[in-house]
This record gives sequence, C-alpha cells and structure tokens, in this order.
Amino acid sequence: MIAVRGLKKRIGAQEILRGVDISVGTGETLVIIGRSGGGKSVLLKNLIGLMQPDEGEIWVDGQSIIGLSERKLASIRRKVGILFQGGALFDSMTVEENIAFPLREAGERNQQVIAQKIAEMLEVIELDGQQKKMPVNLSGGMKKRVGLARAIINRPSCILYDEPTSGLDPVVSDSINRLIRRLQERYHVTSVVVTHDMRSAFHIGDHIAYLHEGRIYFYGTPAEIQASPDPLIQDFLIGRASRAD
Amino acid sequence: MVVRFLIGIGAVVLSFFIYLGELVVLAAETVRSAVTHRMRWRLFLRQMVDIGLLSQLVVVITGGFTGAVFAAQTYFQFNKLGVASGVGAVVSAALFRELGPVLTGLMVTGRVGAAMSAEIGTMKVTEQIDALRALAVHPVDYLVVPRMLAMMISMPLLVAECIFFGLIASYFVSVNVLDISAPYYVANMVRWTLLRDIIMGLTKGFCFAILIVFISCHKGLNSREGAVGVGRATTEAVVNASLAILISNFFLTMFLNVIFPAGWQ
Repeated sequence: MIAVRGLKKRIGAQEILRGVDISVGTGETLVIIGRSGGGKSVLLKNLIGLMQPDEGEIWVDGQSIIGLSERKLASIRRKVGILFQGGALFDSMTVEENIAFPLREAGERNQQVIAQKIAEMLEVIELDGQQKKMPVNLSGGMKKRVGLARAIINRPSCILYDEPTSGLDPVVSDSINRLIRRLQERYHVTSVVVTHDMRSAFHIGDHIAYLHEGRIYFYGTPAEIQASPDPLIQDFLIGRASRAD
Repeated sequence: MVVRFLIGIGAVVLSFFIYLGELVVLAAETVRSAVTHRMRWRLFLRQMVDIGLLSQLVVVITGGFTGAVFAAQTYFQFNKLGVASGVGAVVSAALFRELGPVLTGLMVTGRVGAAMSAEIGTMKVTEQIDALRALAVHPVDYLVVPRMLAMMISMPLLVAECIFFGLIASYFVSVNVLDISAPYYVANMVRWTLLRDIIMGLTKGFCFAILIVFISCHKGLNSREGAVGVGRATTEAVVNASLAILISNFFLTMFLNVIFPAGWQ
C-alpha cells in the first residue's frame, strides 16, 4: 500500500530525514517510534504530500506521489485519512459539521445520508450527544476522536495517525488504542501510526520501525523489538536516557 | 563595505520581486479555481455578510464625517473667494474620485483584511489548512475564492455607500450649518459630477478589493511560528495592503484620468 525509498528531507539547516526506507502492506499496521523531534511527523506528512521530500520516492497504492501538484494529489488523499496530533478540527464548525465535512466536499447532499453517517461515526468514536459542541469545548481526547471520525467517514483504505495518544491520560489513551484496533478489525484499513507511547505501539502494531537520526534503525514485530539486545532500543523501550545524553 | 551594501539592497529588491511573484501566482490560481471549480455558495454568502454587511457602519461613519469635514474646510477657503456655492462640486468630485475609494479601502483593510489574514493564519498554524489539504480540498478553492468574489462585489458597493453618506453629510453641514444656498449647492454638485467620476470611484474600489484580498490571504497562508507569526502576518497584511492602496491610487488616478478626464468638458 505504501512504499518509501531513500527519503531525505531537510528543514532549514537541519537534515531531518537521511534516507528512510519503509513499506507497509495492505491491511497492515506499522508503528513508527522514535524520539521527539526525530522526524516522525515529518515522515508522516511526506506520505500524504503535505510536505515534499528533497530526495527519494514515495508510492501510495501503486502510484508515485513525488512531484504531483496539489490538485493531482487530491485523488491519492481521498484514499488516505490522517489524524493530526492536535486533531486539527475546523474551529468554526461544530463536531457534526467537522465529521460531515469530507462527505459534503465529496458532493453528498442527501441530509438523511449525512445524518446517518454522522450518527454511525459518533457511535464508533463513542461521542454520542456531543455533536453540537464546538471544538473549543472539547477535551484533547475528544478532539482526537472527532478528528479520527472525520478522517475515516469516507472509508479511506489507509489511515495515518500522528501521535494519537500524546498528552492524554492512560485511560483515554487506552480508549484511543482500542478505537484504532477496532477500526483495523472493522474496516481492514492499512495504518501508519507515529508515536512514542510504547504501550500503544505494542497494542496496535503489526510491525514497529524505530526512526533514529533520520533513518530506520530497527524494523520488526513487537515481539522482536522487545527481544532486541540493542542498548539503544532497550533504552528507548524502558525510557532510560542513554549515557550520551 | 560597498559590496555588502549593494548585496543588501539586491536582497531586498529580490525578496520584493519574489513577494510580487507569489501574489501573482496566488491570483492566477484563484482565478483559475473560480473559473474551473465549483463555487461554495455558503462560504461566499458568509463572506458577503462579513465583508459587505458588517462593514456598513464603519463605512457610513467614515464617509459621513469625511464629507462633513471636507465640506467645512472647503467652505472656509471658498467663502473668502466668494464661491461658497462651489463647495458641493468640490466635495462631490473629491469623494467620487479619491476620498470615497481610498478611505473605504483603508477602512476595509483594517477591518476585513486583518480578519482574513488572522483567520487564515490561525488555520495555518493550527494545521487546519493541512487538514483541508489532507481531505483533498485545495485551500485556494475553499478559503481564497469565496473571499475574492465577495470582496469584488462588496467593495464597489461600500465605496458607493461611503460616497453617498459623504455627500449627505456635506449637504447637511453646508446648508444647515454653513448657510450655503441649497439650490446652488445641489446645482453645482450635479453639474460637476459626471458619470465618469462615478465609474472612476467604483473602478478604484474594485481594484483595491483585489489588492486587499490577495495581500491578506497571501500573508495568512504564509503565516509561521504560532501566535507571534499570526500577529506578524496580520500586521504586515494591513500595512502592505494600505501602502498598496495608497501607491496604486496614484497610478490608477493617472491612468484612469486618461480614460475618464476630470472636470466638465
């Protein structure tokens, strides 16, 4: 579904990505872990064309997205949903308007169909009764859930998650993890999850890639990464500052 | 030293031309989008309300008090020459050709241009514009086109309104406060106000609308660095649009005066 080869990205003087290679099969969930500021979100934004890489190739559903104009990227983006770190809800719209936005933009005018799909999404994200609220009145976890509903209402074949549990308490984080798992089981979507929450990574990932110094340092299953003797990996897993720090 | 100075000047000139180029690219993309993509009528109507309807009070007060004070100042000079009844003609020509469009442009820049830049800038730094793009919606289609069309329609109407209330206020001050003969005042005003004055004022309003919308939207779309960046973008949008109005007004006056010469002929 997604293949990345030799991806390099520089922002200002800083080289963020130094040659990333990953591939994600259809229906698979890849979790990308790594330290804060390590380029995980930059990588995710490159996958959907929100940022353009300096070098490398990105293939989504068999089509190269490098060099495509904003308008030509639209057809790719309709297949891929993204959950932003802060939800990125439209703050001038209510919860239900945010959720219905992709439907209306896709040309759906039947109010009954729209209402039915909003109700279905609210049930999936467990936010029944909150549809009239404005984003400013939602908690961080609720915003992420609404952002997720907006990302999946048009049934994309792939969903990208940018730090889905960051800044949330353990209970809300667990509910988000369960929600992601439920979406995988219910809609069989391909998922790429960027996180540094290891509990979340083990819970939802089929494979885990550790991004370190702009490259994929480790790639394997959750069991393989847990069994890895590499001190760098172990330090990250148990949250221990390395001696170099 | 001299080389460093020349490099500095060159960098400023280059960045100015890059800025102009970005504005032209945005304008071209917007026009292309307006012609080839479906119109979002709800957003357009909302912008008509924000730009056109909610600017009424500001424009009425601006026009009214400008007309009043301009009539008074003109009277103080003309009365010494014994041509006080000519006040109406001067006020009318000035309002139609210069004061109406320029002052409306500056007021709309402060009220609407700043809001456009701040709103779009906030959307940029809170990833809402990235969310639009991720949902396969081009930001120009969604954010710029409705604003451009609403501005193009609203500004000439707001200019006309500003001029109208300027004329009403100048009439009131001239006739009721300064004791100018009403029939002479009106006769001179009508005689010296021609269709080409009206066309010139509305044409300028239309041109200023284009400047305000593209400068403000461009600044918003290129906001950086959180709240500070949005604040800076908003300030720059207002300053740049105001300067653009004042500078372009001179060139528009010289150009339009060839097509619509001033004065009765």
